Amino acid sequence: MSKSEQLQQTRFGQLVNTYGLPRLIITGFLIFLFIMAPITGSDLATQITNVINRFSWNAVLVLAMVPMIHSGCGLNFGIPLGVLSGLLGGTLAIELGFTGPMSFVMAIVVSTPFAILFGGGYGALLNRIKGGEMMVATYVGFSSVSFMCIMWLMIPYKNPSIVMAYTGVGLRNMFALDSFYANVLSKLFEIDLNPWGINLVIPTGSLLFFALLAFLMWAFLHTKTGTAMTAVGSNPTFAKASGINVDRIRLLSVILSTWLGAIGIIVYQQGFGFVQLYTAPQNMTMPAVAAVLIGGASVNKASISNVIIGTLLFQGLVTMTPTVITALIHTDVSEVIRIIVSNGMVVYALTRKTEGLK
Amino acid sequence: MSSNKNTPLGQRNLESMHNYATPIGRRILELVRNYAVPIMFIIICAVCIPLSGFSTSYLLNEIITRMGRNIFLILSLLIPIMSGMGLNFGMTLGAMAGQIALIFVTDWQIWGIPGVVLAMILSVPLSTLLGLMCGKLMNMAKGREMILGYMMNYFVGGLYQLVVLYFMASIIPIKHASIRLPRGFGIRTTVNLTNMRQCLDNELAILYNGVKIPVLNFIIIAALCLFIVWFRRTKLGQDMRAVGQDMDVAQAAGINVDRTRIISIIISTVFAGFGQIIYLQNIGNFPTYTAHSQIGMFCIAALLVGGASVEKASIGNVFLGVILFHTMFIVAPKAGVAITGDAMIGEYFRVFVSYGVITMALIMYEIKKRRARSQGGELLALAQKEGGAAS
Amino acid sequence: MRSIKKDFFGNQVLTDINFTLEAGQVLGLCGENGAGKSTLMKILFGMDVIRETGGYEGDIIINGEKAVFNTPFDALKAGIGMVHQEFSLIPGFTATENILLNREPQKKNVISQVFGERLNTLDYKEMDRRAATAIQKMGVEIDAKMVISSMPVGHKQFTEIARELSKDQLKLLILDEPTAVLTEKEAEALLDSIRAMAAQKISVIFITHRLHEILSVCDKVVVMRDGHVVRDVPTKETSVDDITRWMVGRDVQSAASRAEIKDEKADAKTVMSIKNLWVDMPGETVRNVSLDVRQGEILGIGGLAGQGKLGIPNGIMGLYEAGGTVVFDGQEIPLNNPRKCLDSSLAFVSEDRREVGLLLDETLEWNVAFPAMQIQNKFLKLLLGGLVKWRDEKAIHTVTQKYIDQLQIKCTSSKQKAKELSGGNQQKVCLAKAFALEPKFLFVSEPTRGIDVGAKALVLDALKQFNRESGVTVVMISSELEELRQTCDRIAIISGGQVSGILPAAASSEEFGTLMISKVV
Repeated sequence: MSKSEQLQQTRFGQLVNTYGLPRLIITGFLIFLFIMAPITGSDLATQITNVINRFSWNAVLVLAMVPMIHSGCGLNFGIPLGVLSGLLGGTLAIELGFTGPMSFVMAIVVSTPFAILFGGGYGALLNRIKGGEMMVATYVGFSSVSFMCIMWLMIPYKNPSIVMAYTGVGLRNMFALDSFYANVLSKLFEIDLNPWGINLVIPTGSLLFFALLAFLMWAFLHTKTGTAMTAVGSNPTFAKASGINVDRIRLLSVILSTWLGAIGIIVYQQGFGFVQLYTAPQNMTMPAVAAVLIGGASVNKASISNVIIGTLLFQGLVTMTPTVITALIHTDVSEVIRIIVSNGMVVYALTRKTEGLK
Repeated sequence: MSSNKNTPLGQRNLESMHNYATPIGRRILELVRNYAVPIMFIIICAVCIPLSGFSTSYLLNEIITRMGRNIFLILSLLIPIMSGMGLNFGMTLGAMAGQIALIFVTDWQIWGIPGVVLAMILSVPLSTLLGLMCGKLMNMAKGREMILGYMMNYFVGGLYQLVVLYFMASIIPIKHASIRLPRGFGIRTTVNLTNMRQCLDNELAILYNGVKIPVLNFIIIAALCLFIVWFRRTKLGQDMRAVGQDMDVAQAAGINVDRTRIISIIISTVFAGFGQIIYLQNIGNFPTYTAHSQIGMFCIAALLVGGASVEKASIGNVFLGVILFHTMFIVAPKAGVAITGDAMIGEYFRVFVSYGVITMALIMYEIKKRRARSQGGELLALAQKEGGAAS
Repeated sequence: MRSIKKDFFGNQVLTDINFTLEAGQVLGLCGENGAGKSTLMKILFGMDVIRETGGYEGDIIINGEKAVFNTPFDALKAGIGMVHQEFSLIPGFTATENILLNREPQKKNVISQVFGERLNTLDYKEMDRRAATAIQKMGVEIDAKMVISSMPVGHKQFTEIARELSKDQLKLLILDEPTAVLTEKEAEALLDSIRAMAAQKISVIFITHRLHEILSVCDKVVVMRDGHVVRDVPTKETSVDDITRWMVGRDVQSAASRAEIKDEKADAKTVMSIKNLWVDMPGETVRNVSLDVRQGEILGIGGLAGQGKLGIPNGIMGLYEAGGTVVFDGQEIPLNNPRKCLDSSLAFVSEDRREVGLLLDETLEWNVAFPAMQIQNKFLKLLLGGLVKWRDEKAIHTVTQKYIDQLQIKCTSSKQKAKELSGGNQQKVCLAKAFALEPKFLFVSEPTRGIDVGAKALVLDALKQFNRESGVTVVMISSELEELRQTCDRIAIISGGQVSGILPAAASSEEFGTLMISKVV
């Protein structure tokens, strides 16, 4: 009897070790939420639709964490840079008069040079401060966001649907994308089960788009350069001794991360339907960082499956808690839970010992 | 007693070699490089003050008020820097402890100076607990203390919200409905400290040419400065300096490194709690859920503006930093209007500058760390080259 | 010390060490690297490593009583002080502060009465006085107020010694190669201070490679070799030559046969020519090395630790800053560029397996195939007309499996992570990685460091086989002379960052020994 108990305990211990305790708790909590959802009277199908929707908005942003983690640059707290390039791309595409799906394509096209430029400068900076990336990245993010706050006011945008209504100078805090690229992906091949009485809508286009990017990322990591990137993250000295130009690989990874961040925010906007400017980009960092960590990534290791699992878990948590928990205890604690979980996750990851990181 | 001169031999020699070659020019350059940030701020202030059009007495009044309320908070950053743990972004934890203490004192309706003192006493156990937690985690993440402290802000911020918004008045007794949310539990978004407002500032205050000098406040600050000076001369202070410079050596000499580091963070957190109470009694009310969120950033920015770096900071840096940073803060929006005609730009500009200063300081710190390493090698190579050529 | 025995994981490192030391005596301890000097001193000083690796046998007797030290602090209490090779000083503190680190005299005050002793204020006057006394005891003038980071190296060393001397109970001082970093003048001053200490009835154990220092200052000499004390004699009755012979002296027949077979290679063409090489590798500085390597030979590079033998391959392969000229196969190789070296079919197996040699977190397959993939585009499939270079997992698996079989790497599968293997098997993976590059020229640095005897033989055989069958020139760097003599055709000895001589493997031990210490700095 006691023997089997012991066995069970060690098994549990192993599970905790391989899966990570916080991740286990979060998964358990999410399963609990799914079980409780019908009991508290909320429609499970609606919940699932919400989770899938939120997943499709955020997954690309989370994917943007992967290249930098792979090359050993740590968690990309500088993702606001990518977001800013995306915002520049989006607003300029609209300013240039594109509408509908074309504006989506143009937003990505226009944001690309900005992402390469910002990412390049940012990467060159990070190469000079190896070992202290995360703290500097955080503040590079902050300063660039506040700098762009000034820019949003000063760049002479003219399109009346995005500039401030009264003065006509400076962009609005937030504007709708209805006539531009709102839902261009999610409405593509959309599967709607409402006619059959199930409130389940699957934004196939968005999911396919993410799948495409994820596949490209996976494929990239299987190429020669991708392999080199992983090796640089795993042991930079080894990579150097093997004739790899470590700085160049790191630079490439930062540019990739930044570019994915730009695409990520555009995808997010098309799902959300609005563009948020000024200090809003700062709020994009934590959910993405937390999601990839919850997915099982560490400070220097991350895979595509980490991204998918992490985004599902994190977004599941964010969308399910307001309805389910509120119904249960008649108090909305979702925001607080989100803060504690996401930041607690980062604190947890930072205190883990990481061998390759130096 | 300078707290840290952690420059390796190589760099020092190189510098002295150059100094010898062109003493005056080099020295000026060195001075400019070391004090780049304060000099930049003096220039910004010099340009913005006339543009803002504020009167001298108004400016002086504002600056002195802000010195009175901010210096204590900033001083709390000094001790972790001394023990090599960098800028203590986790000082916000202390601020939260102070706020919780203030909520209780407000509820018990203990006003004036007794209220402030009681709040300080109440905040100590909370700050100690949070500091202990923070210190322990930092010991698990050596070399990443700053980012960890920064994340702790948000993490503990979440816990703070949980306690104040949900537990207070439901689990933790809160008597007075005036500070409760209408729904019956949780604390209102603003806590009013009217009866406590500026009670420290007004005590012994002197009015001189229309400038109010909060004497008691400055006495408290002076006491803390004296404490810090004295503390550096104690055994614990000496141990902290040793730990800050070389953990391994300190450990080998029998100093309990982890414990020393935890104590350092606890002291900082407790002082930050006091600092926040002093700060809030001056303002007279506080937004319950956001009052702490920006404190760390502004204090750190001010300290850095005063010429401090991640591994070296003095009391002088604190005073200079407060004066320069807050002058900029007062005049920037008005000057922004004068230059661009848009008030928001000045507003954003000062935020940008605060973030920018911290970013620059962090970058400079990291680059210096790396340069110190490579320069030592350079010198060695040079010597060998000469030796190699000779033999 | 009586009958000291110590083994690391079954490797007998020390056997039956016995010696005695009287108060006020100076004992010189010398021996080759790996002779067991450091281990012995670690035991005496109660270092953690000893306890963690299973303790030791035998007794240490101090003043007639058996002493057991579990930590260095116990040893300190018993009056043993040790000055390590690496400085243990706080850079921003003055000499005084360092001398009294964590032993500062304190004054009580009101606050410390309440909050505990750590809030006592320091008694700066008393600190100055004690530091001055310690410096005086040492007999060398150093500025007690100077900050360590602005001191010359010698003064740092003296500060360390003064720290030990400031301990009142000090009876025995161990100096581990204290003169290694000193100039001649400083070393002379140090010897004087050792004499002064001895006069004050402090016993000294003095470890050094500079034998003339031992002769000038010590009362007796203990020579160690392979974990044994081979000689324990009064200094007066010996000479540098005697000590050298005792340090190295071994039978030499085993290597002789090999040297004869290989003799015909003497006129083989030079494949690599190194001229005036300097390398800035901390602790292994290369100063001025010129060396020719012949086609197809195995060249050994030996010498004492810290003399620069490791710097040579690390410098040539671009891992540390280097200068000079290296010509390989008629072409000059640019230095400080690992890529160019690898492109010219050079390969390097680093002495630092964990830091440089392996991707610990990745699979064996990755470790073996990575450099070959990156440098030579091996194990890649070209897709889309060569635009995409896709990793060929199958080819990687095949090649890894091949080397696993060939080198008998013990692992669960080729997908196992490198960090899970034992030291010996990790070393084999490092070799496999180099072999997979199919180089023309191979540097192997300390291939047997930290691996057991069985694996040692296998690794060396693999190297010899690789050399014979593929005709690859091998340069092997090792601290173990015996191993070099078994494997190599010629052996170059590095001393003081320079080549002090090249001998055939069959040369006598004395010759090697003389070369090793000839230019020691």
